[in-house]
Amino acid sequence: MAQGVFVITEQRDGAFRKVSFEAVSEGRRVADGLGADLTAVVVGSGIEGIAGELKKYGPDKILIADDAALADYTTDAYTNALADLIQSTDPAVIILGATVQGKDLAARLAARLDAGLGMDCTAIKMDDGNLTLTRPMFGGKIFADVEIEGALQIVAIRPNVMDIVEASKDCTVESPAVQVGDVKTTVAEKSMDSGDKIELTEADIIVSGGRGSGGKFGVVEELAAALGGAVGASRSAVDEGWRPHSDQVGQTGKVVSPMLYVACGISGAIQHLAGMSTSKFIVAINKDPEAPIFSKADFGIVGDMFEVVPALSEEVKKIKS
Amino acid sequence: MELVVLVKQVPDTESLIEIAGDGVSIKTQDIKWVMNPYDELAVEEALQIREAQGGSVTVVSMGPQKAVETIRTALAMGADKGVHINDPAAEGSDALATAKILSAALKEIPFDLIIAGHRAVDEDNFQVASAVAEYLGIPQVSMVVKAELLDGKIRCHRTIEGGTVVVEAGLPALFTTQRGLNEPRYASLPGIMKAKKKPVDVKTIADLGIDPSTVGQASRKVKIKGMKLPPERQAVRMIDGESSQEKAAALVRVLHEEIKII
Repeated sequence: MAQGVFVITEQRDGAFRKVSFEAVSEGRRVADGLGADLTAVVVGSGIEGIAGELKKYGPDKILIADDAALADYTTDAYTNALADLIQSTDPAVIILGATVQGKDLAARLAARLDAGLGMDCTAIKMDDGNLTLTRPMFGGKIFADVEIEGALQIVAIRPNVMDIVEASKDCTVESPAVQVGDVKTTVAEKSMDSGDKIELTEADIIVSGGRGSGGKFGVVEELAAALGGAVGASRSAVDEGWRPHSDQVGQTGKVVSPMLYVACGISGAIQHLAGMSTSKFIVAINKDPEAPIFSKADFGIVGDMFEVVPALSEEVKKIKS
Repeated sequence: MELVVLVKQVPDTESLIEIAGDGVSIKTQDIKWVMNPYDELAVEEALQIREAQGGSVTVVSMGPQKAVETIRTALAMGADKGVHINDPAAEGSDALATAKILSAALKEIPFDLIIAGHRAVDEDNFQVASAVAEYLGIPQVSMVVKAELLDGKIRCHRTIEGGTVVVEAGLPALFTTQRGLNEPRYASLPGIMKAKKKPVDVKTIADLGIDPSTVGQASRKVKIKGMKLPPERQAVRMIDGESSQEKAAALVRVLHEEIKII
């Protein structure tokens, strides 16, 4: 009978993504609730050295799926290898991070294993061994509670939402044989941004600019740098060509959940609010006191962003120095 | 090049979404329905590929009667023909059942390449296209911002967190779109007129050889138990001051001393 919790971690170039620790921590909590074991798997090539980093989050077993064909993510190689490991482990619950890679993998695995999938969940509740998953729909305008039927359920968790909890315990480490199978896709090239750019979906602090910036993002970038955060943009700023698509926060862009979200010159279209409403604290700076963004913000300043935002940068620098 | 585009009709992203009386669905009466924005990118990409390489573009959609509007929109943009899977038995299908139905329809349509949006902006499942690729046994590349056809394969650029990867897959294949791929064209007036004469094949679940009890609301693995609106925030606290400097200093003091976030 299917039992236990199976967490698929994500690493890139030998470094775990933060959501991996969130997934293992959440996996530990769910496994304890179910009275079951927690298995965490590390997938890649030459990743044996990092597997031990997971121990402090409390898995009972770590599986190392190490194969040259798993060096870079491809849907088919990862799905084949993981489906094989999952079938031999026979878990009841699979948890992974809903990253770009995780969403792609979760969707294909769900079809392969004929399992229900809760995508991009923001909470897992447990009641008598039943899981209720909370997941945003309609770009976060609605939060649905869902239950998954069947012997196996897959839960993809939204990055940056769930807590990382240290819970070190005795743990076995195994390196099972890996079946990569028939692979029809190859990674031909990979180019990474310069190392200091913070990914929006993982950032603790985001400073975003909108139409009110008039395309002059210098002050936004400066405040983001002072706070050690990432730069985001509204759809209109992206449509104007002021920022790349990868910076867009909103229903048709990235959905973010930082500790602090600072909206500069963003009026607050529903489309944008949907992408940032799960932020812990929201600050809005806008010259229009009637801007809808203020109805979703915790703190607001009415004023010219070209005066207020540089002043904020100065004040932050004073505190940090 | 035989191209198939999967499209879905969804609420416009500017729509206000409200929960219906049953607590597990949304009020649909005041919603403006549009083609899923990521599917617009898929239609545009298919049209550009056809313009460069020849072939035909078939648009496939599952949905109630009014979903034909979205198929007509794609035909008005320039797609050649439509397939509309319209059957009450399919209503309420979850992502896997939807993919089962779409892949059954695709077994009757010749294709080299399938293009779909990476998610529909209603349930945000990110799931149907991948499941279709799985059921058809073809490779997939998701969230593509640039696609090039090479001899017998597709070369796709996809943005990942903090970078870009280029993935190649042999045809037949499926890829899903991400913003940045192209700028979808608007349907022209002559395009809209021509679309009225283009063929749309209507199929039922039985036409596709699917047992109706394996799809639809009752077959859902993912059961919606309740819906709620996002948690309300406390009323905004406006930070006042004589000057921008004063306001900024007051805000930073709150963030630093009260909520200790910086």
